[in-house]
Amino acid sequence: MAIEHHDYDVLVLGSGGSGLRAAIAAAEAGAKTGLVCKSLLGKAHTVMAEGGLAASLGNVDPRDGWETHFQDTMFGGKYLNNWRMAELHAKEAPDRARELEHWGAVFDRTPDRRMSQRAFGGHTYKRLVHIGDRTGLEMIRTLQDKTVHSAVDVFMETTITRLIKDGERVVGCFGYRRPTGEQITFSAKALVLATGGSGRIYKITSNSQDCTGDGYALAYEAGAEMVDMEFVQFHPTGMVYPPGVAGLLVTEAVRGEGGILRNALGERFMEKYDPKRMELSTRDVVARSIYTEVKEGRGTPHGGAYLDVSHLDSDYVRRKLPSMYDQFLELAGVDITKEPMQVGPTCHYFMGGIKVDADTGATRVPGLFATGEASGGMNGANRLGGNSLGDLLVFGRRAGLGAAEAAGKAGSVSLPADELAAAQAEVDTFLNGSGTENPFQMHKELQTIMGDGVGIFRDREGLSEAIGKLEGLQSRVGNLRAPSNRLDYNPGWQLCREVRNMLTVSLMISRAALMREESRGGHSRLDFTAYSDYWSENNIVTHMHSDGEMVLTPTPVITRDELGALVEARKEAEKAS
Amino acid sequence: MSETLTAGGTRKLQIWRGDLTSGELVDYELETEPGMVVLDAVLEIQRSQAPDLAVRWNCKAAKCGSCSAEVNGRPRLMCKTRLDHLPADQPITVEPLRAFPLIRDLVTDVSWNYEVNKKIPPFTPREDLPEGDFLIDQADTDRMSEFRKCIECFMCQDVCHILRDHRLHDRYYGPRFMVRMASLDMHPLDGLDRIDQIADDGGIGLCNITKCCTEVCPEGIHITDNAIIPLKERVVDARYDPLLKILGRNRRRPGKKKPAV
Amino acid sequence: MRRDRWWVQPALIVAALTVFGIYSIVRAILSKYYAITAGGAHLQSPFFSPDLPGIFSFKTGLPWAFLVLWAPLGMRSTCYYYRKSYYRSFFLAPPSCAVAGAARRRYTGETKLPLVLNNLHRFFFYLAVLVVAFLWYDAIRGFFYHGSFGIGLGNAIMLINVLCLSAFTFGCNSWRHIIGGKLNCFSCSSAARTRHGLWQKFSILNGHHQFWAWISMFTVGLTDLYIWLASSGVFTDPHHVF
Repeated sequence: MAIEHHDYDVLVLGSGGSGLRAAIAAAEAGAKTGLVCKSLLGKAHTVMAEGGLAASLGNVDPRDGWETHFQDTMFGGKYLNNWRMAELHAKEAPDRARELEHWGAVFDRTPDRRMSQRAFGGHTYKRLVHIGDRTGLEMIRTLQDKTVHSAVDVFMETTITRLIKDGERVVGCFGYRRPTGEQITFSAKALVLATGGSGRIYKITSNSQDCTGDGYALAYEAGAEMVDMEFVQFHPTGMVYPPGVAGLLVTEAVRGEGGILRNALGERFMEKYDPKRMELSTRDVVARSIYTEVKEGRGTPHGGAYLDVSHLDSDYVRRKLPSMYDQFLELAGVDITKEPMQVGPTCHYFMGGIKVDADTGATRVPGLFATGEASGGMNGANRLGGNSLGDLLVFGRRAGLGAAEAAGKAGSVSLPADELAAAQAEVDTFLNGSGTENPFQMHKELQTIMGDGVGIFRDREGLSEAIGKLEGLQSRVGNLRAPSNRLDYNPGWQLCREVRNMLTVSLMISRAALMREESRGGHSRLDFTAYSDYWSENNIVTHMHSDGEMVLTPTPVITRDELGALVEARKEAEKAS
Repeated sequence: MSETLTAGGTRKLQIWRGDLTSGELVDYELETEPGMVVLDAVLEIQRSQAPDLAVRWNCKAAKCGSCSAEVNGRPRLMCKTRLDHLPADQPITVEPLRAFPLIRDLVTDVSWNYEVNKKIPPFTPREDLPEGDFLIDQADTDRMSEFRKCIECFMCQDVCHILRDHRLHDRYYGPRFMVRMASLDMHPLDGLDRIDQIADDGGIGLCNITKCCTEVCPEGIHITDNAIIPLKERVVDARYDPLLKILGRNRRRPGKKKPAV
Repeated sequence: MRRDRWWVQPALIVAALTVFGIYSIVRAILSKYYAITAGGAHLQSPFFSPDLPGIFSFKTGLPWAFLVLWAPLGMRSTCYYYRKSYYRSFFLAPPSCAVAGAARRRYTGETKLPLVLNNLHRFFFYLAVLVVAFLWYDAIRGFFYHGSFGIGLGNAIMLINVLCLSAFTFGCNSWRHIIGGKLNCFSCSSAARTRHGLWQKFSILNGHHQFWAWISMFTVGLTDLYIWLASSGVFTDPHHVF
């Protein structure tokens, strides 16, 4: 039977903010563009972003400018960021925000009728363009509408299981349509991975079920380099109870509005960890503090900390935090205007990702590009709230343009038959093979291993043990098979490949975490609690050796001479305070 | 923690299994955990009893609008519906949406909605705008913002009897897209006169404002009162009000131009 | 399938609207005992206001109240809230959410005669404002007995009634549109800003339109019943003249 096939100049995988923005840019540049997503259009994880989009418009505080935003991003990332990415992001985010508004996005206003901006952790000035507590939804809906009215073909509910290469070059991909299980192939002169993060490797996560690190694994297997995989951001406040909703995000705005953190003894414990900024300290610090309190036996009955807004006026709470009020009342039976919430850290964001050229989003593999959370480098060791939405727009557009340009230069491409056969064999084995491993079961095991050994605090012993167990899983992964062999809408089949992807990502994270013998940003080692001079100048770059082995290489941070003065000035200022 | 959380217990679910050709409610039993929502129960059944059970879900935080289904006969987000808020003495029925063609089990083909959305011209700035940043007031933002809360769960489309019972998908856009049209028509800087589309292709006259869309909206959007009725009144201005017609004011829409067909 | 008792609400609405409808018709046909005039009072029933025979000084045995009643009746029957309730309860289109309605060969909603006339609701609103103005006149006049101020149960009831009717009338969706909703920009002129302020206030009333629709229906019926009973001599309207 003939397989459904499509030809594109540029094919984008993923329909979150960065994927949509890349597709729009590629189409506007004249490339024949396709967009493939695992779920329905508009359901991507970007909808979960609440706070806002960091852009130094200076509408609220005219002192703001790209230089300060750049410095804040570098400081937040503990200077491990790709300098050029931080620079481009800071310079271009304002234009991307204005452009979004011209496409119909609606943001909250200042009294003089311009886009309003709010304060957020780590940003020197009020900088986040926002609309209530649903900025991500506004962004995705705007980009979605722009996309469907651009010359972009959208393939919804289509899973891509393999990138197809012709020699050194990525020339397309293979997958299947989820509702029917029918196979589908794409040839593309340039392919953009905008597949987001991999939060589902943890049980306690704020991430959607789609966040299974597909792009990381696909790129890695295709020969791309990964950077900074050890840096995982744990959001300090996720729900801890009831069990079904554990990990569900409790927005930072709760603390922004005056929420107080207490332990089971009633102590306001942030006084111990960051007396200056208290509850509004950076995410890594607050997350570690809550974790420490629980670990030392001062946790709440359900293993978290109390987050309390009941001292605030109840009408004010309902007006300012409507979705949080509803969420706790409906899901936990807690009226947050009267009782404290119980919260704990939840896996939120991956700073690391596919290593790309800052200006074009190109990976080291010809024809392969990456953007958004799938790419790494922009955020260094720790991401500031609000910098992800800007990242999606700035680098989504750049990757789309970069891919369109590369496609324009490339000759025609075709899919080698043997590569295609291998891809087909893989999905068929998951469905009809003789394997006995249940993907649901293995996913659970994986989450347990990652939660136990590669969580907020790490040490050599725990990491080594986790790596051992993950390698154990790896030896079984070839034996995965879906519990049902039907083609249409088969969740087990879908999960087989996703578990494989997540396992690859988990190994990258654990091995990089073991290598980085220091504590910095989203990576905290109990056995190396301080900064190290050596690691302050090196990223860890991971790639697959030709023999299939995972190779990790410390690589100097990508700096830029003309930005040196800005970075030094910020370092001096921090030392002085 | 709150007393209202009942400790687990065994619950019976009846889940609709089947495809376009045939199907039936199938009984399942499971041990529940405190605070479990319907989606938890369905996924647990999928994991342990029915691995081929088709269900669409994603964020599990009531923000993406993927897991819409009919629970005890009412459209609900499965991720936001607690088991212990449903009558304990009867099994819980879970069925797919009815306004759209079934794919399998709890999954329906909602692609019609995406086709409708394509027909609606996007925001188009007025031609008489000055150079520079958009100037918009918070008052206008607040009105549009309610409509833009929509998470596209399509439960309003499902419960709308024009689509659900009368199957007039080719003549009415449904509440979701009336909300979308409202957010565009009420945008102070939008330059398109959308009244003809709202009235003709959109089919707003078919709506008899029975408000079920508003009742099921998980985002609490006042679909009928704030979107559909105001649009109906705008159509009255343009088409039905004889007084405005005599005064020649029925087509006065400053800054708005008819869209190119 | 819904297994809850979804039919209770439409059944109650059918009962209430039917009772009110029959009562109104009976009263209009009766066309008697519609004003309390004992002791210099002038308490006019809202079913019979404006008092056409009084204004135009004619006497008739015919049920003239129908000349008045069509206006408020038109206001209510084209009202967006009442449309919802009778489409659901009487037309079963649909009887309740996610419940299949009466089988129809062809559903046309409000696009064909006669239902397309519902689009003229705003004109019944204009008339209803006129009627409410008369009722305010009646209510204020009710506090005077031969020119002296007095308070009684009857005029208190009339005042409450006209307050409720005003709350219903000015919560009207058409009015909300006219006063400000039709604007695309709430801030582009000072007139627009004023209208936005008014729109916000009437929106609050509109948010409770259903509540005031029912309350005012009961008050208007009970006010009439009170005046019927008191003027026909069943009891005397208690009052005190200062």
